Parts: sequence; C-alpha cells; structure tokens
Amino acid sequence: MQNPANPPRAGSLLSDPKARAWLFQVIAVIAVVAFGWYLFQNTQHNLQQRGILSGFQFLSNSAGFGISQHLIDYAESDSYGRVFVIGLLNTLLVSVIGIVLATLLGFVLGIARLSPNWLVRKLATVYIETFRNIPPLLQIFFWYFAVLLPLPGPRQSLGLGDAFFLNNRGLYMPAPTLDGGFWPFLVAVVLALSAIGVLARAVRRRREATGQGFPLLLTALALLVLLPGLSVLLFGKPFVWSVPQLQGFNFRGGWVVIPELIALTLALTVYTAAFIAENVRAGIQAINHGQTEAARSLGLPPGKTLRLVIVPQALRVIIPPLTSQYLNLAKNSSLAAGIGYPDMVSLFAGTVLNQTGQAIEVIAITMSVYLAISISISILMNVYNKRVALIER
Amino acid sequence: MLTHTFKPDQPPPRTSVGIVAWLRANLFSGWFNTLLTLFALYLVWLLLPPLLNWAVLDADWQGSTRADCSGEGACWVFIKARFGQFMYGFYPPELRWRVDLTVLLAIVGAAPLFVRRMPRKAAYGLAFLLVYPLLAFWLLHGGLGLTPVPTSRWGGLMLTLVIAAVGIAGALPLGVLLALGRRSKMPAIKVLCVTFIEFWRGVPLITVLFMSSVMLPLFLPEQVTIDKLLRALIGVILFQSAYVAEVVRGGLQAIPKGQYEAAAAMGLGYWRTMGLVILPQAMKLVIPGLVNTFIALFKDTSLVIIIGLFDLLNSIKQATSDPAWLGMATEGYVFAALVFWIFCFGMSRYSQRLERRLDTGHKR
Repeated sequence: MQNPANPPRAGSLLSDPKARAWLFQVIAVIAVVAFGWYLFQNTQHNLQQRGILSGFQFLSNSAGFGISQHLIDYAESDSYGRVFVIGLLNTLLVSVIGIVLATLLGFVLGIARLSPNWLVRKLATVYIETFRNIPPLLQIFFWYFAVLLPLPGPRQSLGLGDAFFLNNRGLYMPAPTLDGGFWPFLVAVVLALSAIGVLARAVRRRREATGQGFPLLLTALALLVLLPGLSVLLFGKPFVWSVPQLQGFNFRGGWVVIPELIALTLALTVYTAAFIAENVRAGIQAINHGQTEAARSLGLPPGKTLRLVIVPQALRVIIPPLTSQYLNLAKNSSLAAGIGYPDMVSLFAGTVLNQTGQAIEVIAITMSVYLAISISISILMNVYNKRVALIER
Repeated sequence: MLTHTFKPDQPPPRTSVGIVAWLRANLFSGWFNTLLTLFALYLVWLLLPPLLNWAVLDADWQGSTRADCSGEGACWVFIKARFGQFMYGFYPPELRWRVDLTVLLAIVGAAPLFVRRMPRKAAYGLAFLLVYPLLAFWLLHGGLGLTPVPTSRWGGLMLTLVIAAVGIAGALPLGVLLALGRRSKMPAIKVLCVTFIEFWRGVPLITVLFMSSVMLPLFLPEQVTIDKLLRALIGVILFQSAYVAEVVRGGLQAIPKGQYEAAAAMGLGYWRTMGLVILPQAMKLVIPGLVNTFIALFKDTSLVIIIGLFDLLNSIKQATSDPAWLGMATEGYVFAALVFWIFCFGMSRYSQRLERRLDTGHKR
C-alpha cells in the first residue's frame, strides 16, 4: 500500500498514463524528425556528389521537345513550366471525359444488373465480372497495341459517312469554327436558359400553392429551339463545320483525337464503369423494398417510383463509393505513362525528369498535383453528399 | 356412409409452367422487356460467334513457329512457344524447378489454413508466416549451396506473384500499426498516422514507383546500392499499407465499445487490450476487405512495367515486339488478361464466400 503522505517516487511518473502518453509522443516526433533529417543529409550529400543544383529554376528553362497533344499553344522553345501546365491539362481532360462516360455506362449497367429481364441481367454481370478483374494497364495496352495501332493508315481509314475517320493516327472528326452569328447565338441560348430557369421556379411555386400543373418540358423545348433559331435567321450561322479532308498522306482540318487518348479513355471508362455499376446496384438494393411497395400503394407508376422514391434515397448510398471511384479514375489516368499519352506523369515525371535530373522537385510537384486533385474531388463530393444526406429529426 | 372422392387436380395452364412460362416471365413480360431481350440477343449474336471463331474454331494450336499459324484465327502457338518466359521471365531454365517448388510449398503449407476446424490454426499460421518467406527467398534467390539467381533475371508470372505476396505481407503489419495509430488518443501519433495514410492514398501508385526508383537512391547513403526489385517492393509496401490501414480501421470501428470497457475492467493495458481482445475480433471482420485490397494490389503489380521490371505483362509486351512474332499483340494481351482474370475472379469469389461465412455477429 502506498502512503499518500509520501512524495511520489520517480518511477511512478512512468506509470502515470498522461505522462507516458507525452513521453511516447515526444519520442515518436523526435524519431520522425531525426529520420527525416537523416534522409535530408544523405540527399544533400548525394546531390552535391552528382553536381545537381536543387531548386525550381529549371521550370523556366526551355524544354526543347515536341508534345503530341496540347490544349494550349506550345512550341519546342517553351519552358518546362509550360510543359507542366500542358501535362496537367491533359490529365484533367482524360479524367473528366472518363468520369462522365464511366458514370453514364456504370449507371446503365448497374440498373441492367437489377433488370427483371434475365438475359440483360446476365449480360451485365458478365461485363462487370470480366472487366473489373483485369488490370487497367493491361486494358490500356490491349486497346492501344492490339486494337488501335494495327488499324490501317490514313489512306485506308475506316470512315463513318464523310465526316468521321478512324486510322492508326487517331480519330478525325468535324470541328465547329466560329462564324459571324456566334455571339448573337450565344446570347440567345443564355437568354433561353435563364427564361426556362425563371419559368421553372414560377411553375413549381404555383404547383405547390395551387396544385395546378404546367407543360414545362414542351415550353422549355420550344424556347430552346425558337430563340437560337431566330438568332440564326437574323444574324447567320454560329458555326461552320471544318470537315477533315484527306490531303496527301494525312487528313487536314477538323479535330484529331490521338490514339493514346482513345485507348486511355476507353480503358478507364470500361474499367471504372464496372465498379460504378456495382456501387449503383448496391445502392439501389440498400433501399428497403417497403419503399417500393409504399410508392406503388400510393398509385405511383413504376417509372415515377424509381425517379421520385428509389433514386433519391439510393443516391445517398451511392455517392460516397462513387467519389472514391472518381478518385481512382483520376489516379489511374496516370497509367498514360505506359503508352506515352502526354499526361502529368509521362510528360513531367518521365520526359522532364530524364532531361533535367531534378528528381526531387519533379516528383514533389507531380505528387502534390495528384494530392490536390484528390482533395478537391473529395471536398466537392462531400459538399454534395451533405446536401443529399438524410436529415433526421 | 358418405365417401368423398376428390377429382384429380387439373394440371396448371400450359402457359404458367415449364420453359414457356419462364421465357414469358423473364424475357417477354412486356413490350419494353421484349425489346430489351431482342436487343440483347442481337448484341450476343454480334459478339459471340466472331469471338468463338477467333479464339477457338479458327485458332491455331499446333506447331512452334510463326509459319504454323494460318492467320485466320488466334495464334495460340505464340503463347505455347513463349510460355516459359511468361511464367518465369529470364530465370535460368535448368533452375526453374526451384520456382515450382516454392509455389508447391506455398500451396501445401497454406492448405491447412483453409481447413475450417484445424486445431491450433493461429499458431500454425504464425509459424508458416515466419518460416515460409525465408525458405522462399532462399529457394528463389539462391546462395547457401544453391546457385544464386539475381533478381534482374526474375520475371513473368513468378515476379508478379512475388511482388503481390511481399507487398501484402509487408503492408499488413504496417497497416495494422497505422490503423491503431489513427485511432489513438495521442494527438501527435494520430496526426502522423493520418498524414501518412492520406498522403499515400492521395497519389497514384505510378508516382510512388517513380519516386522509389529515382528518389530512394538519393535518400540513402552513398555506398548503399539498392536492388531495383527491392525499390519497387518498398514503394508497393508503403502504398499498400495505407489502404490496409483504412480497411483495418473499419474493423476496429465495428467493435462495440463494451469490448474496450470490458478489457479495461479486466485490468488489461493498451497492447494487451488490442492484441488479445480487439484485434482478433476486428481482423476476422476485415478479412474480406483485406482480400479485396489484395486483389487491387495484384492488379496494380502490373505497373512495375513503368520502372522496367519484367512482370507477366511486361514479358508479354516484350514478346509481342519480337520481330519473329509481330502482330501477336491481341493473343498476348488476351492471354495476360485471362491469367489475371483467373486469379482476381477466384479471389473475389473466395472473399464473397468468406463474407457470408463470417457474417455472424456485430451486425446491428
């Protein structure tokens, strides 16, 4: 028995949980800092040995290599900094296209998996089980090396009408170029959209107050057709289509989607859609069947039951895993390095790193970009999630 | 005395039993469903016969050179000719029995773990986990009486399996520690663990592999040279441990508070509470989740192609660019896909079965 009158012995400080926690934390922090310092020292020494100057000055040096796809103007004399921006834009481009397409395909497949139609259900299952069990990089390679590259050259392109051409240099398609009537057209579209917005609010208010309906969809369609149509009549066409033409050995005019982008988008879409489909299925199945029965007993037809009762509740379950699928897709877009699509990783962590040797700076920049993308997608999704989350009494 | 004799039951209407009824209920229950069925049938008809023709009926199976392929269907001769390379990489052919033996030992050694009612399973599992890696390393790498085979000659499916196995074995303990750290009440530990986990989860594996291949040599003292495979393994383990940590955290959170309180009431300290009470229950809960992370890891091993290791995918990619076998890309990648698919699908089925079997308690 300890006598409370006695002063505590030195050893008892260690048996005080609070003191121990402090000690433990201090040791952990010191260990991490010391380890970091050790790595830093080694790195400094190694860099000196190799004569590499650390710092970010290299970003303003001239790059001196060509890039197959750039969304902003680029010449070989431009700086590494600009190369970085181009890589970032290309990563964002493929991520956004992939997310949109994968969401669409994923929702269709997820609903198909729950279809009362046996054949449709089985086909969706086969799709999902096949594609989610094959590594995405392998799928990218398959589309690129086995499908797109063996395509014929420009002269023997596969054509769809006289507008779309697919060959081993990519997909050529018509591009709109601005014409005289563009600005009035734009104004007309914006006007029509805002009119529809105002109208929709008024219609909803009236329905809530009086219960009377209004043919909103038809009116909206009419507005969307009439106003821009009027602008075209008065001010002329907004766009001229520039159609790709075979000249010599290649096509001119129109838009070109490079094969790397096609392969990457296809593979990411097909792969991620399989996962999204499973999330959608799980979300819909998570809704109690009583909800469907209640809706049916209120006299709602199946379509409205799905739209007004099931989907809003299922979305709450679907959104969190959907977010992580989007994040995965954005991160998987870095697999572009495998086929040389000029994204962040293959341009910056690949070519620029090799040319400059600034390993630490380049990798740090690349990683922080992905961290930033990850964090912003999850913040956006959290905001949305909060809006649709269940507000319980 | 009155006797009732029932008339025999009428058979059900012919439209409500048998194949016709099934067809009607499942495929043609309305005009929309009928339309869907027809569309699906059209899709099947569009895809299946050409695929079957290419892969089986018109395919070439016999022979050993390019000339043995007629060119109509798939040329499986290519896979046959290069099978050794796809499985073992550049591992010396006369020493390949060592790889086979390693795999056999893994199967034989791990088999008792799958027997449901084996006594002392945990002790056996621990012993296996301690002994087998050393044995496997000795067999694969050589030394101590065996001819050494440098890791640069490892390749093919064998390398894929090595990376996946070492990755999960290394990531598991680290991940458990990180998960415990993240749930810790000590703020400094918690912040360190959360930062570590979120950092690795926020970046793609490719950048991690790039980092470990170009930055690790800079971080280490000058005289230390570090094997390329080891660099990749370190990257994979760090990356994977963050994902394992999140799965384990899910399991820890599912354990009711009463368990902690009961352990505290028994006078158990932190490590004993965790080791004897919480983790045994939590780990059982997260086994399916861990299998799923392992599937993801298995698919991710294909990325080591980026830093120039010859795993299954890279071996096949190399083989398809061989001038003697040009134009075999489709066959090669389909074969790779099949191998990956068999592994991943098998594991996912196993995880689903486990999930059903382990779904006993804790559900509220």
